[in-house]
Amino acid sequence: MVLTLPTEPPRLKVFQFMAEYKVQFEVFEGPLDLLLYLIRKEEVDIYEVNLTTLATQFIAHIDLMREFDLEIAGEFLVMASTLMYIKSRELLPVDQQVLVEGEDEGEDPRWELIRQLVEYKKFKDAAAQLQVREAAQENIFPRLPGKIEFVAETPAIPSGVSIFELLNAVNVVLQRLAKVESASREIYEDKWTVSEKIEHVLAVLNSRPSVRFDELFENASSRTEVICTFLALLELIRLKQLACTQPEPFDEIEICRAPAVAAPAPPSGELPFVLENPAPANTTPPHSV
Amino acid sequence: MELKFILESLLFSAQKPMSVKELRDVFATAAAAEEAEEAAQALKKVKDDDVVAALEMLASEHEAAARSYRLVCVAGSWQFVTQPEFSPWLKAFVGVKVRPSRLSQPALETLAIIAYRQPVTRAEVEQIRGVNIDGTLQTLLERSLVESVGRAEVVGRPQIYSTTPIFLEYFGLRGLEDLPAADELRRIVIEKPPEPLTVDPGLATAAPEQLMLEKTEVGGGAAETPQS
Repeated sequence: MVLTLPTEPPRLKVFQFMAEYKVQFEVFEGPLDLLLYLIRKEEVDIYEVNLTTLATQFIAHIDLMREFDLEIAGEFLVMASTLMYIKSRELLPVDQQVLVEGEDEGEDPRWELIRQLVEYKKFKDAAAQLQVREAAQENIFPRLPGKIEFVAETPAIPSGVSIFELLNAVNVVLQRLAKVESASREIYEDKWTVSEKIEHVLAVLNSRPSVRFDELFENASSRTEVICTFLALLELIRLKQLACTQPEPFDEIEICRAPAVAAPAPPSGELPFVLENPAPANTTPPHSV
Repeated sequence: MELKFILESLLFSAQKPMSVKELRDVFATAAAAEEAEEAAQALKKVKDDDVVAALEMLASEHEAAARSYRLVCVAGSWQFVTQPEFSPWLKAFVGVKVRPSRLSQPALETLAIIAYRQPVTRAEVEQIRGVNIDGTLQTLLERSLVESVGRAEVVGRPQIYSTTPIFLEYFGLRGLEDLPAADELRRIVIEKPPEPLTVDPGLATAAPEQLMLEKTEVGGGAAETPQS
């Protein structure tokens, strides 16, 4: 079953010594390639080739290579000697041929060579078919759709906004304001209150379904005003009047009316209801800071 | 719902070639979902063979429909690919595929021998090609088309080489059995001639019958069957 190592000791030796040589004469990849070429030129079947003629042609070719001053790889020389051996055997009449004895029993060199040629030829053909496939593959394009952007069953609505995100957002507003304030040195009277701002926020949300976090602070002129609005917002969230959502992480925070889970609050934002709650008590201390 | 159409929809939206196992996993996941419908439940434990059969039917239907794309199986994974004749436009649209340079003739020959005879030692390849393969083998190893898979239990314990899945992908092969004329080139058993070949007067060498593989194999098989 398994192919055994070549039964030609000289060949193996040459492999070791000539490893560094690389001969590429025309398109011949080695002695077998050259032999196949010569056989093809003769237009005969491998099995019917006249090895004696082939030997002559092969050696003529090697001479040619020498004339071109090409390095000749050891493999070519081994093949040449094998062919010469075959040729010399054939020169003897059949009855006088020495029957190969002992170690070589049954190993007719012609058989060995032809077997090798046939095998090599088959693989050469297989290589040609692989080459065709290789070229064909270059023209085949796989279907590779882009990543589908569906979020698998993640209910986007309750992607709640944490207190830290709200603080971050208000910090951004405050920083923006700080630049403006440092420019002017005027001192304003504290004319804003949290309850006023609650009214304002609710009024805004009455006119439309949702409002961006930034929008609430657009017109704020001082730090105090921003803080009042922010506290109003927190208060309304605490009372479940409002809800904050963030469509995606780090996206703009949006504020809308809380889903009507809470008490059946009057739809048009009746303030008394809100203000009657203990809200002021909670909101005032931070306000006074 | 027919299995093949479910598979078609999966492969249509797949990001990469899908193996039969991956496809079966999808069926298992779909059946495990809470609101799984009866149809999904029914396919929970679909068999490999059924999936393969459905995929093959799908592939042949696409083939018969002569569309601009077809379903192929490469290295055991299925995917839709375009037909080669549309490459001029696809190259203009998608860009030329990024592929390493084509293999040289010696590299292809070496690769073919390793592909058909694997696992194989370097000496065995060199014996067939009749030349040293140091350089070409190195190239093939670097491109991960072949790999060392161990050592042969012979003197010197030489490394033995096999092809990799990348080899199958590179040539668009479903598996090793998909290699052209695979059955013929795999491990040819060549027996020694029973007696030394006689030389005929013309000095031409007679054809050793043992090389006519097809005939001997068929003959051997036919001879055994009537007896059993």
